[in-house]
Amino acid sequence: MTLDSTNAPLLRVSSVSKAYGDVVALDDVNIEIQQNEFFALLGPSGCGKTTLLRSIAGFEDPDAGAITILGAGSGTGSGPGEGGQIDLLSLPPNKRPVNLMFQSYALFPHMNVRKNIAYGLEREGLGKDEIAERVNEVLITTGLTDKADVRPAQLSGGQRQRVALARAIVKRPRLLLLDEPLSALDRKVRAEMQIELKRLQHEVGITFVVVTHDQEEAMSMADRIAVMHEGRVQQIADPVTLYSQPANVFVADFIGTGSLLHGIVANAVLLLRPEAVHISAEMAGAQLHGEVVETHFFGGSSTTSVRVAEMETLIVASHPGAPKFAVGERVGISWNADDAILLEDQP
Amino acid sequence: MRNLGWLRVPFIFTYAFLYIPIAVLVVMSFNASKSPFVWTGFSTQWYTALFNNELIRQGFINTMIVAVGATILATILGTLLAIGVSRYFRSAIVEAYSLAPAIIPDLVLAIGLLAFFALVGVTLSLFSVLLAHVVFGMAFVAAVVIARIGQTDSSLEEASRDLGAGVVTTFRKITLPSLAPAIIAGALLVFTLSLDEFVIAYFTNGPTTPTLPIVIYSMVRFGVTPEINALAALLLLVSFTIVISAQRITRLTDAV
Repeated sequence: MTLDSTNAPLLRVSSVSKAYGDVVALDDVNIEIQQNEFFALLGPSGCGKTTLLRSIAGFEDPDAGAITILGAGSGTGSGPGEGGQIDLLSLPPNKRPVNLMFQSYALFPHMNVRKNIAYGLEREGLGKDEIAERVNEVLITTGLTDKADVRPAQLSGGQRQRVALARAIVKRPRLLLLDEPLSALDRKVRAEMQIELKRLQHEVGITFVVVTHDQEEAMSMADRIAVMHEGRVQQIADPVTLYSQPANVFVADFIGTGSLLHGIVANAVLLLRPEAVHISAEMAGAQLHGEVVETHFFGGSSTTSVRVAEMETLIVASHPGAPKFAVGERVGISWNADDAILLEDQP
Repeated sequence: MRNLGWLRVPFIFTYAFLYIPIAVLVVMSFNASKSPFVWTGFSTQWYTALFNNELIRQGFINTMIVAVGATILATILGTLLAIGVSRYFRSAIVEAYSLAPAIIPDLVLAIGLLAFFALVGVTLSLFSVLLAHVVFGMAFVAAVVIARIGQTDSSLEEASRDLGAGVVTTFRKITLPSLAPAIIAGALLVFTLSLDEFVIAYFTNGPTTPTLPIVIYSMVRFGVTPEINALAALLLLVSFTIVISAQRITRLTDAV
């Protein structure tokens, strides 16, 4: 990624709102996505992230706001408005210089892999030779060359996902939208495909926007993440900032693990990440005292959950090695003021 | 196959009950004797007689006109109905009413259509039979196609649009091919149903253009002849061929 590309905005979502009857799906959403960025829309189901993605692709019509492709840079994508601004909402889905990879992959069952991938290029009216060349190229990039003549039903989940990806990137879109790209895969393949997606994104140099409800997935792949909740953007930041400086209680709770403590600091919520919490048998000098209620050993590290009298939330501490305390033991809890995160107490 | 145990007995009886009459019919169509009950030797004379029978030949032609015409119309209309109902209405009530002609008794449909044709002034003829067959045939096609739409991934069409195809191209390249097995199965179903449909044809037909089932009915009133056996055996062959090929086609295209 070059400095130039990181500074050039590619997509601007401004003041977009959408309601279905009384249900507000998007509430004044503002997002700017940079060229060549791997951007994630993260949130629990029903938070509006899929509605936003489908609005960008053209399958939902927002009630208000604008979605614009900014012409900066020399995108290879075809379509109207090359070089200038493109008002996406004025175009039907088949005229937008963006492509969507569907959650179900939506591979055409009556066509083989090669035909599936060629479909989008045929619609552009390209010559046979050019289509064949570009399809072969993308087959190599995605490692599907020996599956080219097979129909989707004969492929594994991971292979289908590659075909869906190949079918979208062969169009060389300005922006590739991916709707829960890994949710249909089993755990092991998912980990492989995370790395694969990241590699492909670098290789083809296309801006990726991924929708996911899995915070680990978003954290490990994305350059920047927009956390959404109830149709609103809660925070847009890189993974480290989201974790260490969450904007509000929702983000703090949704990203990573940690104990949200009320009543320690007046009118504020105190967030303690497990790695910031120290527990010891030493009671003197500890900020809180409690009783160990649970320990978990994960091999390399372990967590210890402590109940502090008259506090609803357990305080969880993580540390390397085996658990140091037994269930029922009294311990002192302490932390560095710098490691604790203070959040506004929401009504 | 699992061991049926004592269930083998009712199983055998059921199959015997179903197929012995048919077997007798086929065997007797090759009987040399004119009596349908006494076997005197093998002969194909009744098949020859059948092909020389002017009434039956005309009945067969009439039936084919109705069956082919009704199949084409019912397939087109039924497919459109299915897409409309499952795409745009999404209402269980609308869906149920669109399938009703397949379920309500033939007699009710026949009387209703007769009254309707009289009301709007359609002269009863082969054409009115054809229209009547389209009515129930459309419902059968719609039922099969709606079931198929329920199984297809609705994002296929969106994917096609996303990849740059317009509405018409998407319908031609994606919607139709993915529904093709159901459309073909529905068409074959309508064809076989129309081929031997009696009640509705009897009510809605004109006096000079009897279809094959009506011809058979008027012949049988004077007793079952071996000629009728031969005709029934041929119809059986046609129906079996169509049903088996329908299954083949759906299985072939489903295996993708």
